[in-house]
Amino acid sequence: MTPTALRRSYVESTSRERIAALADPGSFREILDPFARCSSPYLAEQGVVAQRDDGVVVGRALLGGRDVAAVAVDGRFLGGSIGEIGGAKIARVLERARDGAFLLLDTGGIRLQEANLGLLAIAEICDAIVALRERAPVVAVVAGRVGCYGGMSVAAALCSQIIMSPVGRFGLNGPEVVEQEAGIEELDARDRPAIWQATGGVRRVGQGHADVLVEDDLDELARALRDAFRASPNRERLSLERLRNRFAQEAPR
Amino acid sequence: MQRIVVERSGGVPVTKRAHVGAVASGNLEVLCEPPAEARATIVVSTSVDGFEPVWRATLERFLERYPIAAAIEINDFGATPAMVSLRLEQALELAR
Repeated sequence: MTPTALRRSYVESTSRERIAALADPGSFREILDPFARCSSPYLAEQGVVAQRDDGVVVGRALLGGRDVAAVAVDGRFLGGSIGEIGGAKIARVLERARDGAFLLLDTGGIRLQEANLGLLAIAEICDAIVALRERAPVVAVVAGRVGCYGGMSVAAALCSQIIMSPVGRFGLNGPEVVEQEAGIEELDARDRPAIWQATGGVRRVGQGHADVLVEDDLDELARALRDAFRASPNRERLSLERLRNRFAQEAPR
Repeated sequence: MQRIVVERSGGVPVTKRAHVGAVASGNLEVLCEPPAEARATIVVSTSVDGFEPVWRATLERFLERYPIAAAIEINDFGATPAMVSLRLEQALELAR
């Protein structure tokens, strides 16, 4: 009997391991690695210890032979939040991308400690995605523990395609925000089954808010990513009309 | 937030750079580089104030056990001494 190969889990891997496993072997070249020491200058004065890559890994890689930009947000550092530096790293690498980009998003959105600078950075990221997707695929992967929320969920929605796993969650407002703003009757942020039922990968792909569902497995994700680049159908674009139709269908009466 | 520096002269220099860990709850980031001169310098930034004696004991024990020369930076988010030792050994394994 041949032993069953162990799955290589995306969730259990670090940002750099994820990119290395998904890109063509040995092709990833990181830009501004931790030793470049481009960390946030705003955190120390607020008593928060900074991470030397600002929680964002960017670079160039080959994907099925294509020269693409690779981005991974590290959900472990401050909830994968986007500040000025990390946001600028993402925007610049997308602006310079040749044959497309993939973004591994494990992020709660804007970093509250950097407020407006994070907002501006995400606006730049959205701009870069829209410009790039006109000529090459931009594929988002939402399969980490944090999921993809806030401003970065808007960025993900602008991508050509979104790949999710059942672990991933995807929504505009995170559960705690919904509970705080709409009340615990609307959503109990401790109710994990309810959160995944509303925003988990299975649900989001079922709804058509995301495109492809894969298991928490790096090999399976690598295949899905290559398929997404080959097919490269730009998903139906976000439009007001489309959102109105969807809202009319889905909103409880 | 507190900054702690531990230094020790002499030691065998590490040859490569190594980066391990993350600034995440109960975790720490370690950057280890070949040193400019033959000494070990460990610079710690920690989010938890008031544990300088524990840090010094942990780092001095590490340098006693592994007499290396290296420039090491630690960015800590409340890691336990055991976690700190493991991360340092992990970085050293990659850097020598």
